Amino acid sequence: MLYSQGEMLEKILLLFCLSSALAENLCRPDASNGYKVRLSIKRALGDEAYVWNQDEMFLFRATLAFAMRNHLSGQDFQVSNILVCDETPRVSFWFIVTSPLDATRPVGKEDVEEAIRKSRSRINSAFLLTDQTLEFIGIIPTLAAPVSPDTPPWLIVFGVVMGSVGAGIIVLLVYPVVHKRLKKDEEEEELEEEEGEEETRRVKTMENGAAGDGAHNLSFTDDERFTQM
Amino acid sequence: MAETADSGVKERAKWDNKAQYLLTSIGFAVGLGNVWRFPYLCQIYGGGAFLIPYLIALVFQGLPLLYLELAVGQRFRVGSIGVWKSISPLLGGVGIASMIVSFLVCIFYNTILSWVLWYFFHSFQNPLPWSQCPLNENRTGYNVECEKSTPVNYFWYRETLNISTDIETSGSMHWWLVVCLASAWCVVYICFIKGIESMGKAVYVTATFPYLVLTIFLIRATTLPGATDGLMYLFTPKWEILKNPQVWLDAATQIFFSLSVAFGGLISFSSYNPAKNNCERDAVIVGVINSATSIYASIPIFSILGFKATNVYNSCRMENILDLTNHFELAEQNITLENYDQWFDHLNSTYPDQVASLKLRPCDLQKFLDQSASGTGLAFIVFTEAVIEMPGSQVWAVLFFIMLFSLGLSSMFGNIEGILTPINDLKLLPNWIPHEVKTAIICMICFLTALLFTLSSGNYWVEVFNGYVGSVPLLIIAFFEIIGVVYVHGMKNFSDDIYFMTGSRPNIYWKACWMVISPLMLLVVFVAYVVVQAQKHPTYPTWNPNYDEFPETKVIPYPDWVFAIIILLCVVPVTSIPLVALYRLIRRVRSPDRGDLNNYCNEGFEIETQEQNNRRT
Repeated sequence: MLYSQGEMLEKILLLFCLSSALAENLCRPDASNGYKVRLSIKRALGDEAYVWNQDEMFLFRATLAFAMRNHLSGQDFQVSNILVCDETPRVSFWFIVTSPLDATRPVGKEDVEEAIRKSRSRINSAFLLTDQTLEFIGIIPTLAAPVSPDTPPWLIVFGVVMGSVGAGIIVLLVYPVVHKRLKKDEEEEELEEEEGEEETRRVKTMENGAAGDGAHNLSFTDDERFTQM
Repeated sequence: MAETADSGVKERAKWDNKAQYLLTSIGFAVGLGNVWRFPYLCQIYGGGAFLIPYLIALVFQGLPLLYLELAVGQRFRVGSIGVWKSISPLLGGVGIASMIVSFLVCIFYNTILSWVLWYFFHSFQNPLPWSQCPLNENRTGYNVECEKSTPVNYFWYRETLNISTDIETSGSMHWWLVVCLASAWCVVYICFIKGIESMGKAVYVTATFPYLVLTIFLIRATTLPGATDGLMYLFTPKWEILKNPQVWLDAATQIFFSLSVAFGGLISFSSYNPAKNNCERDAVIVGVINSATSIYASIPIFSILGFKATNVYNSCRMENILDLTNHFELAEQNITLENYDQWFDHLNSTYPDQVASLKLRPCDLQKFLDQSASGTGLAFIVFTEAVIEMPGSQVWAVLFFIMLFSLGLSSMFGNIEGILTPINDLKLLPNWIPHEVKTAIICMICFLTALLFTLSSGNYWVEVFNGYVGSVPLLIIAFFEIIGVVYVHGMKNFSDDIYFMTGSRPNIYWKACWMVISPLMLLVVFVAYVVVQAQKHPTYPTWNPNYDEFPETKVIPYPDWVFAIIILLCVVPVTSIPLVALYRLIRRVRSPDRGDLNNYCNEGFEIETQEQNNRRT
C-alpha cells in the first residue's frame, strides 16, 4: 500500500481542517457572495413564538438547500453546502452557499437570489413567518398583486342606492297622476248618479211647489207660532 | 296638507306638526360645520376657554338674529322676498340677495356631499381602499406619490379628486365625480319632490340620525386608547388666548354661520307655521340645540383624534425600537415601549455616533396632537386614517359617512327652500308648471353649474366659494335685515306683531339686542373680517407632487383673475340691495300718486263706496 492507515487518517484530518478553515473564510459578515438573514419570531408569533436553536438552524439550512435544488435543477445541494456564521441574539446571521461539486467555491449571488425569490413562500411557511419578519437583507420581496375585482364594489353600492332613489322618484311622480285619473273616473260615476237623483228631486219640487216662487222660504212659516202672544 | 288644487285659490302649505318644523330648523342649523369646524376652533383657541366668546356671541348675536327671522317669517307668512317687500319696497333687494347667496352655497355644498357619497360607496370594501398604496406600473414597488405622502392623502387627492397643481390648471371633468354629484342631486330632489310635505317626512330621519351616530361614536371613541389625551388636550382651557381679538372674531363668525341666518330658508320655514305660535321659544330651542350639538360632537371627534395621535406616537417609537434592535443586534423585545427611554439614553451615551447615524425620528405626542385639521381635511384625511386603525373599520366608516351625509342633506333643505320660495314668490316660472317640475328645473340648473367642481381644480374652487360666498355677503344681509325690521318696520310694530303671535311683548333683553347690541356686533365683525382679509393677498394650499417639500402643501397666492372672481362673489349678491332700492325710488319719483303700497288700503274699494254714495243721494 502506498499510504499507511495513519497517513490516511492524517490526510483526511488535514483535508477536513482545510475545508472547515476555508468554510470559515468563505462565510463572514459582508461576504461578497453571502446574504444576511434576520428573523423577527416574537413579532410574528407573539406568545406562540418558538425558541431559536440549532435544530431550527438545521431546518433553515435544509430549506435553503431545497431552494437551491429547486432553482438549479440537477445539482444536489446538501445541508453542508449552506454555511452559516455570525449568529446574534437578534436572531440574525450571514450565510453563504457553496457548490455541491466543489465545497470551496461559493455559488454566485444572482443564483442564490433567484433561488430564494422562487421559493420565498415555501421558506416563509417553513418558519411560520412572513416577508416582513423573515428578511433577506438585499433581496426585496416581490409585492403581492393587488386583488382587483371585475366590477369595482363601489359601483355596486352606487347602483343599489341610485336604483332605489330613481325608483322612488318615478313612483312619487307617477302615483299622483294615476291616483287623480282613478279619482276622476270615480267622480264621473258619482256625478252621473247625482244627476239622476237631482232629476227625481226636481220632479218632486215641481209637484210640491204650489207657491212656485223661488223666493219663498218655508222655514219662516214657524214664526207664526211665536207671534200669537 | 291643505292644498286644494282644484279651486282657484291655493292655500299656503303647512307643517304636519310642530316637531317637523323644529326638526327642519334644527337640521338646517346643524350642519357639517358643527362637526368639522367647531372642534377645530375649540382646539386652536385654547380648548375650554373658547366656549366663553362662543357663548357670548350666541347670546348677544345668534339668538336675537334667529328670533328676528323666525318672527318675521311667521308674521308675514311669505318667503324672504315677500317679507322684505312687505316691510318696505325699498328693502326688496335683501330677499333677492338671500336667494343668490342660497344658490351659490347650494352648488358647492352639494359637491361636498357628493364627495361624502363617494367615500360612503367605497366604505363597503375590505380592506378599505385608503389603507394601502397601489403598486406602480412594473409592480416593483409602491406608487411614488403615495409612498412620499400617505395612502389616505393619495386616495383623497389622487383617486378621488385627481387634483391639479393649482387653480389655473383646470384639467378635465372626472366621470366618477359627475356620477356622484348626480346621485347627490337626485337624493336632494327626491326629498324635495313634494315641497315641505316630502321634506318634512325626510327630516325625521336626516335630523335625528346624526345624533344617534354621534352617540355611538361617543361610546366607542371614549373607550379607545389615547382618547383621554385627546379630550384633555381639547378641553384644557388656555385663558391667555382670550386676549387675542382674532378669537372673538372667529367665535362671532362661527356662531353666525353656524345658525344659517340670512339665507332666507328660516324665514320660509317659519312662514308655514300657524299664525299664533311661540316663535320665541322655537328660536331659543334651535339656537341652544345647535351650540349643544357642536360641543357634543367635539367629544367623539377629539377622542378619535387623541387615539390617532397616540397610534402615530407609538408606531413612531416602534420604528425607532426596531432600528435600534436591528443595528445593535439585541434580542427581540428587549427594548419595549416602556423601557425605550432608558435604553435610548444608555445606547446614546455608550455609542453616540452610531445612534446619531441611525437618524431616529423624534416622537413627540404633543406635536402629533397639534396636527389638527378642519373642514374636508378632517373628514377625508384625518378621520379616515383613524378609522383604519379601529377594529371593524368598515362599520365605522359607513356610519361616519352616512352621518355626514344626513347632516349636510338637512342643511341643503334649507338652502333649496331659500331658492324655491323666492322663485315662487317672484313668479319667475309660470304658474301652470307643476311644483315637481319647477323643483326639477332648479336642481338641474344647480347640478349643471356644479359641474365646475368636478374638474381637476374643483377642490380649489370649492375652497374659494366656501371661504368667500358664505361669509361677507351673509354679514351684510343680516345687518340690513336687523336694521330693516327694527328701524324701518319699527320696534313698536314689531313688538305688536310678536304680541299677536306669542301673547307677550319682547322683554328688555331682546329689545336691547335688536336695537343696539346685535347691529353693533355685526358691524364690528364685518369691518374686522374685511380688514383681516384685506391685509394680505389671499393664498391657498396646493397639492403639488413636484414640490421640493412634498408632501407639504405648497402655498401660493391666487392669480389676479381668481381674485377678481372672489370680489365678484362677495359683491354681486349684495348689489341687489341698493339696486332694488334705487329702482323703487325712481319709480316712486316718476309716479307720485301711487304712493306707498299700503297693505291695508285698496283704492278700488274707495271708488266703489263713493259710487254707492252717489247712487243713494
